[in-house]
Formats: sequence, C-alpha cells, structure tokens
Amino acid sequence: MKSSEGNITPAEVPLNGKGELTSLPGLRTWRGVYIFVFGSFILWVALLLVLTVSFS
Amino acid sequence: MNLLDFVVLVGSMLAIAVYGTWHTRRHRNLSHYLKGDETVGWLTIGISVAATQASAITFISTPGQGYESGLDFVQNYFGMPLALIVVAAVFLPIYRRLNVYTAYEFLGHRFDAKTRLLGAGLFLLSRGLAAGITIYAPAIILSTVLGWRLDLTIILSGLLVIIYTVIGGSQAVSLTQKYQMAIIFGGMVAAFIILLTKLPISFGDAFTVAGSFKKLDAVSFSSDIHRRYTFWSGLFGGFFLSLSYFGCDQSQVQRYISGSSLRESRLGLMFNAVLKIPMQFFILLLGVMVFVFYQFEQPPVFFNQPAWHQAIQHDSDGKLHALAQEYTAAYAQKKQLIHQWLDAKHAGNREAEAAARAQALAALEHSNAVQAEAKTEMQATDPGVKSNDADYIFVTFILDHLPHGLIGLLIAAFFAAALQSKSAELNALGSTTTVDFYRHLLKREASDAHYIVASKWFTLFWGLVALAFALFANLVENLIQAVNIVGSVFYGVVLALFLVAFFLKRVGGTAIFCAALVAQALVFVLYFSLNISYLWYNFIGCAACVLLGLIIQGALGSTGKPAQALPAL
Repeated sequence: MKSSEGNITPAEVPLNGKGELTSLPGLRTWRGVYIFVFGSFILWVALLLVLTVSFS
Repeated sequence: MNLLDFVVLVGSMLAIAVYGTWHTRRHRNLSHYLKGDETVGWLTIGISVAATQASAITFISTPGQGYESGLDFVQNYFGMPLALIVVAAVFLPIYRRLNVYTAYEFLGHRFDAKTRLLGAGLFLLSRGLAAGITIYAPAIILSTVLGWRLDLTIILSGLLVIIYTVIGGSQAVSLTQKYQMAIIFGGMVAAFIILLTKLPISFGDAFTVAGSFKKLDAVSFSSDIHRRYTFWSGLFGGFFLSLSYFGCDQSQVQRYISGSSLRESRLGLMFNAVLKIPMQFFILLLGVMVFVFYQFEQPPVFFNQPAWHQAIQHDSDGKLHALAQEYTAAYAQKKQLIHQWLDAKHAGNREAEAAARAQALAALEHSNAVQAEAKTEMQATDPGVKSNDADYIFVTFILDHLPHGLIGLLIAAFFAAALQSKSAELNALGSTTTVDFYRHLLKREASDAHYIVASKWFTLFWGLVALAFALFANLVENLIQAVNIVGSVFYGVVLALFLVAFFLKRVGGTAIFCAALVAQALVFVLYFSLNISYLWYNFIGCAACVLLGLIIQGALGSTGKPAQALPAL
C-alpha cells in the first residue's frame, strides 16, 4: 500500500511548484500560465458580450 | 438508421470494448487499478478531465439547452477557469505530496476520521444521485435509435455500464477517451457544417432570427437572484461549483492525480481552463442553429418520439391528434412570417420588417403554447411520461438529417462517451467506498487483490443504486441542469471542508464536522424553500460552513490537533 493515515510519503515535488518550470514557449513560470488563462477568460467573456449586444 | 449505420455502430463499440479490455486485463495492484498507471501526459489528462465532465450528457443535452434557452447557459462556466487555477496552484500539489488515493484521505490527515468519513459520505451521496441522472444519457440514445421504451433501455445500458466498469477499472476509463473525443468533436463539427448547408437562409440571417428569438443572449449582468444564469451567478456560484467539483470530487481528482508529474497534471487542468468556455459556446450555438433549422423544417411536437407514438396510440378522445394538427398549422404560419420578415429586411423596408418580426415572435409563442398543451395532455394520459424532451432534440436531428455512416459513428461515439463517463463515476464511487469506508473502518490490513475485489463489488453496488434511481426518478429538468443542481446542493459544504483544511489551521475536526452538518441542513432547507438560482447554493453552503466552523471552534477553544501533517502553504 502506498498511502495510509499517518504515513505521508515525502514530497516528490516542491509544494507550490515554484521550483518547477513549465517548459512552455513564452510561458516559463506558472504565474505566467495562470495570467494567460485569466486573460483568455476575459477575452471570451468580452466576445460573448459583443455577440449579445450585436444581436439583441 | 440503416444497415451501414448499424455496421459502423456495432463495429466501433466492439473495437472500443476489445481495445479497453485487452489493455486492462491485468491490474498489478490497488494503486494501478484505482489511479491508472501514473505515466500519462498532460494532453491525456486534459482530455480525460474534459471527458469525465462533459460525457455524452454535454453532447446530447447541451444542444437541447441551446435550442430551448439559447446561449445563456454558457455563463454557468464563467467561474471555472478561475477555479481551475486555484485547483492547479493549491489543491493539486497537496494531493500529489500526500500521494493519496482519494481526496478525502487528506481530510483524515488534516482533521480526523469522522470528518474524512463525512466528506466521503457527502461525495457518495451527491455523486450517487448524479450517477442516477447521468445513466439516462446512454438510455436516451438507445431509446431514440431503437424506438424502445426508456425504462427498458435504462436497464440495458445500465447493465452494460456496470459490466464495463467492473471489468475495466480506472485505466480503461481514460484509455479510449481521446479517440472518442476526437470522433465526437469531428462529428459535432461535421454536424454543424451540414446543418449550415441545410439552412435555407444565410448564416447572417440565421443569427438575425436566433437573436430576435432571444437565443443569442449569452451574457446578462442582471442582479436578479431568481434568474438562473447571469454573469454574477456564473462567476461566483460557478466558481464555487467548479472549485468543489474539480478540487474535491473524487471522480475528477482520480483523473488528474494519475499524471506522471505535477507539471503534466497542471497543464491538463489549464487545458480545460482555456477551452471549456469556447467548447460550451460551440455546443450551445449548435443547439441554437438546430433551433433556427427547425423554423424552416417542421419539428416533431414532442422530440421523445417513442413516448409520443405510445401516447398517440392511447389517444382515445383524439385530443393529441387535434393538437398535432394545430401545431402543424402554427408551424406553417410561423415559417411564412419569418420569410416575410427576412424578405422585408433584405428589401430595406424597416417598417414591414418590424411588423413581420413582431408577428413571427407572436407565432413562435403560439407554437410553443400548443406544444406545451400537447405535453400536458400526454402527461394526463400517462403520468409516467417525462415531460422534458430537450435531451432528445439533438439525437433526433442527427438521426433525421445527417448522412448515413456519420450517424452510426456519432451514435457510437456518444454511447461510448456515456459509458466512459458513467464508468469514471462508478469507479470513483467504488474506490471511495473501498478506501474511505471499507479499508478505513472494516478491514485495515488486507492484500491489494482483496481491495480490488472489494472495489469491484462496491462499483457493482453503486451501479445498481444508480440504475434503481434512474428507473424511479422523474426528472423535471434536462440532464445537464439536473446534474448541476444536485452538485450545487452538496458541493458548497464539501468545498468548505477542504478550504478550512488548507487555509484555517486553527479550526479542528470537531468544529468543522459540526459546522458541515448544520450548513448542509441549512442548504437543504433553503433549497426547498427559496426560488433562487441553484448556483448560489455553492456559495451559501461554503460560506455557512466556514463561518460556523470558526464560530464553533471559537466556542470550543484550542484545536489540540498538531499541524505537522499539514502541508506548508
């Protein structure tokens, strides 16, 4: 068995992921990835808003 | 469906079954059975996460939602990208570090055994109910294709799902998902293109018609809490719903903790965060275009054709026949008015355009009223008939208007996706019951082989519970909304357990346990007494549980629980 209460296996990666690179072109840090995702969300909402206003 | 479609359908299903069974014929240990082989990359995780959430329900029910209510359902997903960022940044590293089988094991590490069991119990209750709803999806496909009664196809497809899941386990769930998703999306795009070629009007006119009939209102900033989908309910309620679903629901956690590294799991989640809104928009738009198509091609009075034909046979007083004739007349009048409206628009005659448009809107309302009367009459004849036929709209369109071969392939892909999603759900229910209840309470030291067998028995048990629920429940909502409503009633409290565990270290097990029970009772009371958008219950349940936890802990004093098991955040 790999896991049970009171028997926590050692961390295989840094918990906050800061030490791990994304290996993505142009988005080296996870913070950059999250900002990109947030930006794409804003873009989609804006486009949907334009659609709503244009045809209502 | 013709012979070619049946050959494609049966051939595809057999190929998937043989492929999945061959690749998963041996489970090396419990970890392998429950988590898969833990070597999968981000794209496979991303597709697996998307497919577990989407399933056949999304592809069958969401176009029906678009047909009936337009694009506003897309707001349901506005909180999801933000929630996935939080899951990737906070939840995921902790699960990977603790190397847990289920998310609720973490609650045991952080609080105590009773809180772990409460979290697992709430999951089993909510997901067990949802499993009873989602089992409709493959049954609806079979019912429409074969023309059989829905209860018969529920039993048939339910047994198929149970056998598939018990044999396959977690790896079988994700093994063929990427191929199915590729077929489904290819088929959906093909259906969209074919739909546009069949429209007797231009793409621009189709948008004009859809917009005038209020089908393109995608975003609303209304502050009316009774309105089901608004920007605010989607952003806040949807955020809590998604955070709980992706962060605390074992059926999802099981998908992404199987990544070969934290990077792969995170990218899999981010893949969903970027693509979910456009994907839902596209599927809803497909439903809106099906609506426009059926303004120029007469739709059936009731899309659940087997139920309609059965009702017509028992129409002794002829009311349904009369309503069907009235519906045909209303459709013909509406079609003529829409043509007049578009002709006036092309001629640049604003006054005639406005007049014809108003008449077309009135004709649509009249047509809808006749349809509603027919549904009421059907239910009066047979109270067992499910009055909501939105889930049948897209399947009916596919069967009636797509080319043969593609019909068989799409039906096979839908059915396989339904099997996979149900399988993931039942697998998560079985593994949670095994790990959090059976192993934890009844049999602490046993071999992996013993737990795998136990997990299969629990999977079978949950499959039968889902089957029984599907047979006896009468859904008022369409599938996609019903699943979200069940989740929203339970998810807020489950999420609060995890948020308190992560961020409020001074709150102990007893305080949060009591708070969760009171908060869940509060949500039940509010759900049955208020008429607000269901998305708000995610926020209400979560906020109530956190606040009560703090208050009760304040009354109890120090937690007395050392924090060494807590990951440092």
